[in-house]
Amino acid sequence: MERIKLNTIAHQPQNSLIHYTLHQADNALILGHRNSEWTGHGPVLEQDIAISNIALDLVGQARNFYQYAALQINESMHHDATVDEGRAEITEDSLAYLRDVREFKNCLLTEQENGDWAKTVLRQFFFSQFQYLLYGSLSQSRDKDLSAISEKALKEVTYHLRWSSEWVIRLGDGTGESRRRILIAFDELWKFTSELFIPASYELVVAAEGLGVNPVTLKPSWMKNVSMVFEEAGILDALSQGIEEGWVGLCGKEGNHTEHLGYILAQLQFLQRAYPDCNW
Amino acid sequence: MDQTKNNIEAGIDHSTTLKELWDLLGKVNDPEVPVLSITDLGIVRNVNLSQDISKGLVTEVVITPTYSGCPAMDLIKESIRMTLLEHGFNEVRVTTILSPAWTTEWMSEEGKEKLREYGISPPMPKQQVCSNLLFHEQEAIPCPQCNSFNTSLISQFGSTACKALYRCNNCLEPFDYFKCH
Repeated sequence: MERIKLNTIAHQPQNSLIHYTLHQADNALILGHRNSEWTGHGPVLEQDIAISNIALDLVGQARNFYQYAALQINESMHHDATVDEGRAEITEDSLAYLRDVREFKNCLLTEQENGDWAKTVLRQFFFSQFQYLLYGSLSQSRDKDLSAISEKALKEVTYHLRWSSEWVIRLGDGTGESRRRILIAFDELWKFTSELFIPASYELVVAAEGLGVNPVTLKPSWMKNVSMVFEEAGILDALSQGIEEGWVGLCGKEGNHTEHLGYILAQLQFLQRAYPDCNW
Repeated sequence: MDQTKNNIEAGIDHSTTLKELWDLLGKVNDPEVPVLSITDLGIVRNVNLSQDISKGLVTEVVITPTYSGCPAMDLIKESIRMTLLEHGFNEVRVTTILSPAWTTEWMSEEGKEKLREYGISPPMPKQQVCSNLLFHEQEAIPCPQCNSFNTSLISQFGSTACKALYRCNNCLEPFDYFKCH
């Protein structure tokens, strides 16, 4: 009989809620980690603190999702006769630190490199706008854990959205140089936004059961809100041109990542890989 | 409610003990804003007592984090256990809940006054600033030093997750605002 490898969850419809929970956790962890790379390197002290605070919120949200995923995994394994009884319990830490690249389900947008401040800000804006709608919808989930985590996270994301919107406007409507940079950032990031709205198989299952959200339903509001901020920033033209360009399909959500995620994990997971079970 | 019912049926009155527990929790301070206790902050949601045949009196303290990523939660749990242990409560369980989500509305008036004296502007009533509208007017936050409303926002994110950074245009002092949540 085949044994379930530590932290590897089979892709079966009955595991959809686990995969969905991990997907939310991975999105928050990876973007949070990217933002934390700015800590100590921000353009000015106040913004260094701001981006670090946003990183902290995202990692906190990731922890809540990982804890819930671990709970579900441990429960499902108790009912599985093929699993060793002496197997170690899955924890939030083992999910974050001991899964390999292909098991991560974050969208490609979240793992893209920080680039300059404009790219970091625009990536945050695209994702916060998405999370804002997602958590708003997910707080109505029939699953009480997902709804509680989302209800809490929504308040935090509201601040992230306001902060990143203001920065997009400031850069787009600022100097020639700041405008040039936000437009370059747009060219680099826009293609990754499409994946946010393409449902993976596990998203469809949980959405059908009223536990999760089919992200395609969030797209009209997302486009409307992004357009509003872009118009204010004076870069609405870029958006109408960008729409016709190439799109990225379903990738990260199914474990197919860009080369960047491997480097992120090499740093994020180093300690647990080098010193297994290290604790302090 | 069930617990109360059980206790009444068992003929046990925990009300004195519960009052003592709430008083003790009022002495556990938030490590990041030490002028506030965890009851001032409103993060203690419930205290339950139950009798266990082998363990005796079991105390459960239910808390909720201010922010998802609040780094002080582990230390707060530890402080709760230590404080109660020092006063003879040997079996203590600290449970975390996320819903309903914490709001600055739960902060006590006494807590707000302590914040002001400490130099942090306390949170304004919720409806004024927690709007989801992106470009609503900025709210006037009074300076905790000179009480002037002639202040301006420096950053929505301050020295901890729960604070924003402001500057007073009158006395020129920068100050923290415990932001509405």
